[in-house]
Amino acid sequence: MSPSTRKDDQQGILQSLDWWTIGIYIALLVLGWMSVCGASYTYGDTEIFSLSTRSGMQIIWIGTSIVLGFIILMMDDRFFDTFSYVIYGALLLLLFLTIFNPHEIKGSRSWLVLGPLRLQPAEFAKFATALAEAKLMSTYGFDIHRWKDFGSAALIVLLPMICIVGQRETGSALVYLSFALMFYREGMPGSVLFTAVAMVIYFVVGIKYENVMLWDTPTSVGKFVVLLLVQIFTSGMIWSYVKDKRMTRIILTYSFGITLGFLLFSEFVIPFDIVWVQLIMCAGLIGFLIYQGLSTRFINYLYIGLFAVGSIMFFYSADFVLNDVLEPHQRVRINVLLGLDDDPAGAGYNVHQSEIAIGSGGLRGKGFLNGTQTKLKFVPEQDTDFIFCTVGEEEGFLGSAAVLLLFLALILRLMYMSERQPFKFGRVYGYCVAGVFLFHVFINVGMVLGLTPVIGIPLPFFSYGGSSLWGFTILLFIFLRIDAGRNLIRQ
Amino acid sequence: MKDFHLEKRRLVLSGIAVGIIVIYLVRLFTLQIMSDDYRKSADSNAFLKKIEFPSRGNITDRNGKLLVYNQPAYDIMVVMNEAENRIDTTDFCRALNITKQYFVQRMNDIKDRNKNPGYSRFTQQLFLRQISDTQFSAFQEKMFRFPGFYIQRRSVRQYNMPIAAHVLGDLAEVSQSDIEDDNYYQPGDYIGKQGIEKAYEKDLRGVKGVQIMLRDAHGRIKGHYQNGEYDQKPVPGKDLKLGLDAKLQALGEKLMEGKLGAIVAIEPKTGEVLCMVSSPTYDPRSMIGRMRGKNQHMMAIDPAKPLLNRAIMGQYPPGSTFKTGQAVTYLTEHTTDPIHSLYPCHGGFYFKGLHVGCHFHPSPLSVVPALGTSCNGFFCWGLYYMLTNPKYGNVEKALDVWRDYMVSMGFGYKLGIDIPGEKRGMIPNSAFYDNAFGKWNALSVISISIGQGEVNLTPLQIANLGATIANRGYYITPHVVSTVGGKPLPAKFHQRHYTKGSRAAYQWVIEGMKASVAGGTSHGAVHPGYQLAGKTGTAQNRGRDHSVFMGFAPVDTPKIAICVYVENGGFGAVYGVPIGSLMIEQYVNGKLTRNDSIMAVTMQHRHIDYGFDRPMTHADSLRVDSIKRVMAVKDSIRKAEEDKLAKERAAADEQKAKEEQKKKEEKQGKPLNDPAVIEDNEPKVETEREHKPKRDSEKDRE
Repeated sequence: MSPSTRKDDQQGILQSLDWWTIGIYIALLVLGWMSVCGASYTYGDTEIFSLSTRSGMQIIWIGTSIVLGFIILMMDDRFFDTFSYVIYGALLLLLFLTIFNPHEIKGSRSWLVLGPLRLQPAEFAKFATALAEAKLMSTYGFDIHRWKDFGSAALIVLLPMICIVGQRETGSALVYLSFALMFYREGMPGSVLFTAVAMVIYFVVGIKYENVMLWDTPTSVGKFVVLLLVQIFTSGMIWSYVKDKRMTRIILTYSFGITLGFLLFSEFVIPFDIVWVQLIMCAGLIGFLIYQGLSTRFINYLYIGLFAVGSIMFFYSADFVLNDVLEPHQRVRINVLLGLDDDPAGAGYNVHQSEIAIGSGGLRGKGFLNGTQTKLKFVPEQDTDFIFCTVGEEEGFLGSAAVLLLFLALILRLMYMSERQPFKFGRVYGYCVAGVFLFHVFINVGMVLGLTPVIGIPLPFFSYGGSSLWGFTILLFIFLRIDAGRNLIRQ
Repeated sequence: MKDFHLEKRRLVLSGIAVGIIVIYLVRLFTLQIMSDDYRKSADSNAFLKKIEFPSRGNITDRNGKLLVYNQPAYDIMVVMNEAENRIDTTDFCRALNITKQYFVQRMNDIKDRNKNPGYSRFTQQLFLRQISDTQFSAFQEKMFRFPGFYIQRRSVRQYNMPIAAHVLGDLAEVSQSDIEDDNYYQPGDYIGKQGIEKAYEKDLRGVKGVQIMLRDAHGRIKGHYQNGEYDQKPVPGKDLKLGLDAKLQALGEKLMEGKLGAIVAIEPKTGEVLCMVSSPTYDPRSMIGRMRGKNQHMMAIDPAKPLLNRAIMGQYPPGSTFKTGQAVTYLTEHTTDPIHSLYPCHGGFYFKGLHVGCHFHPSPLSVVPALGTSCNGFFCWGLYYMLTNPKYGNVEKALDVWRDYMVSMGFGYKLGIDIPGEKRGMIPNSAFYDNAFGKWNALSVISISIGQGEVNLTPLQIANLGATIANRGYYITPHVVSTVGGKPLPAKFHQRHYTKGSRAAYQWVIEGMKASVAGGTSHGAVHPGYQLAGKTGTAQNRGRDHSVFMGFAPVDTPKIAICVYVENGGFGAVYGVPIGSLMIEQYVNGKLTRNDSIMAVTMQHRHIDYGFDRPMTHADSLRVDSIKRVMAVKDSIRKAEEDKLAKERAAADEQKAKEEQKKKEEKQGKPLNDPAVIEDNEPKVETEREHKPKRDSEKDRE
């Protein structure tokens, strides 16, 4: 490469750089800094720029992040392709070593202390994993439908997850589930995604309404609804994977008819637990599917049968998992989320207080640094995990909706950019980035709004902290750099 | 191309992203715009609710003499969230005169949810209780340097006279269960724990007020919310006026010095309790403030049980005072004739091998001289003739008729006095004897006729018996409080409870009691100016006999009915009669004659040596080790203190002069700025225990 082409290269970057994304990034940084000011500000402090305050420190993190982003843009885009496995390997080693880190902060070993710096390797492992994933999946002949290929792709995600769970940062580990979106885009069967969603529904509905009785019958509403859903989902799958509309209709008619009949019998004649009837019906349905599969040699019947069996087994083991496998604080958080423990002063305190803080913001909010809820420290973790409260309280509905829409714009823009990549490497990496951002926004804002479990993961560009800001910046800017090189024609 | 089919999936993924954000926007909309609840909750968070404590009601005696009042005290409160790491600890400790260790320990205790269940980082927590005025003013000057620390003004109880501790009761910080029972209370509040303070808690406490202040984001107070529209002024507690006569109570406590027992005096017409002495007693001031826990513990392990209100909790055999009630029963039932029934008594009751002893007096005799001489034989015969009277059918039915008489006189059940802890005493019925004895007859139960055996009464019930006789057949439920906030008590404290005894029978009994005073066992009680009816009692028990006196005066217009019960005092005439007559004289005449004052001092210094060698109860034996330890410590302390005392005597005199001056100020209604716990030099009623060390020297003098 001659010096002149290199210069053209740099000019080309400036032209083909996605300035929309840069604009959204800067906007989020500014709003994020304002929120940190609002959240960490205690009355009596006068200097929000002072380095002794968190708002002052955040300026340093923002400044260094921009420098980092600039450095990444100056690098050769082929660097990431070439060194992706090296970067992944190095960070995996670091993650592994961090498990044996002697410094515990709030029960977690995920922090590496280097002099005045405290870094969380888990935040940096995201882009490394995304790079490795992109590299693997863009190799010639990779086919996600082959078990071996899918297995190695999954392994790349699983290794850092295991290390992070080992550091007792389950929340950060869950972020890697967002790679499923990229897998889906790259050809993973939709049924896998659907099954995952179905499992979540079973879990939430089944556990939340387990102890509610159906009218006058001794039937648990949770179990009743879940078993009914199993039958509906199963017939839905017959519709879409066997394309037999008549069979679907017959199965649904029988399911509803028999269930309704026994329900009325139990309600008005002899009360008994209808769940048993439903189990028998499910067993019949599964038997029918296996019989169909064996007699017609159409394998999809068997898969659907497997789905039904798995659904029921999953549901019955979920309760066991909740009570015997999860750690107490996780169990409490799940219970709080499902509304089982309504205890504003206990574990649900954070969520309750954050809902109050957001609700008190109203349409226009109380104004910059004028929030009373967050100022008076009613909301814990308010400048890290619960920072969205401050946005809600000080900027009101207009401000918080704007922030959400900015995030949506960023994610959609990232997906759009991924689709325009000439190489699979860039597309895979782009969807990883979009997925990670989506997951963080989904969980973090959801928990502040009381909709998702309280999992301690940061809101990108908002939560206070150097590691997460640097991590997200690197993640985003590598993609910007790859994207900027899309028009370059190489030999 | 294969990828083309997959490209559609970007729509699904975009759809997921859009879906999530839309759901969140809807949720935001409902939280922030649709619902007002969260704004209200947020308001309540941004409010500073300043609780204003009402002043607790004062307590006066029947003549309007102030007994219990309030004194300002200051609690230091802390809001952890604001205070932590923001104050200069050294400076703070110096301002409050506490050690740094104490500070650290206290802060840790507050944060410890086991010790402080109601802990929250964002609300005021009690840091230091009841600091004195001087400490308060020193601290207030420096307050601005200690963010997160606040001063909560409260008031503590103060007592004008060291009397009537058992009746007045005391206050203590609410327990967790108090808070659960009544959500009016918050941690750190005070609640009546004993006596009147407990029984009339709701009247005395008033209603807390609240000032709702607005805070801005800087924590500064921005004034009253809605111009104070929602503020509530505290409603002060109601003042109580007691039936108690402070002078009578003080005299009673003096007379009972060095003796175990009780005095209860009742105004027969109204049922108001004129005095209620339980000895040993204690200074109510020792139960104020920070010293309460320690003092209460000391008294709890004291074998003389000063915390026990013997007047209503002590259940004693009534002895011969019970014979008055017996006479009423026999005469009303006509199983004994007031004039013609003459029962023999030659040194006691001899029948079928059973012997109940009696002292020497003429025989045979009728009911009036029998009461006058307190003849055991007469009343044994009386009960025997009643229980064996064929008109009842059998002895069981006869005994139950007898029991109904006793119950109608207020025995066997709680009288229902308006202070907590009353005991019911014991009146046996036929079922009781069926259970206890199996087979029994009139002779097996004969000792109940002379107030022995299975019969137990509280001193209050004995005094009430006196009131019943004084009223010629009815009583009004005794009560210590006469008016609450100027209004009389509910109707149940004005209602007359008629006994089953006839008026004529009561008249005969009064004659007997007059005879007892005129020339019988109670002759020491004669006073010029009014006529007195009385009855002594000498109640047998395992140790030395108890000395009892029950009486009322004047006979025709009764103003006072009294019961004196001195444990192990021997004959009724030894302690019961002189104490009872002095008390009656004090109340009826308003003062004692010169001779009687001397007599009172003599009585005051006649102590009974209990020594606590008496057959120990089970509870005593459990305590004995700890008592020994406490006594050893006390002795060593006493020695040290005696040395100190000599040096301090000069200083004490000076202080006395100051105290007097202060008292004058109090009378002029100036603010009362004394510290919570006063070490005073006033003569106080000393308990038996405190006297023990001096006993030896006194004996020498005697």
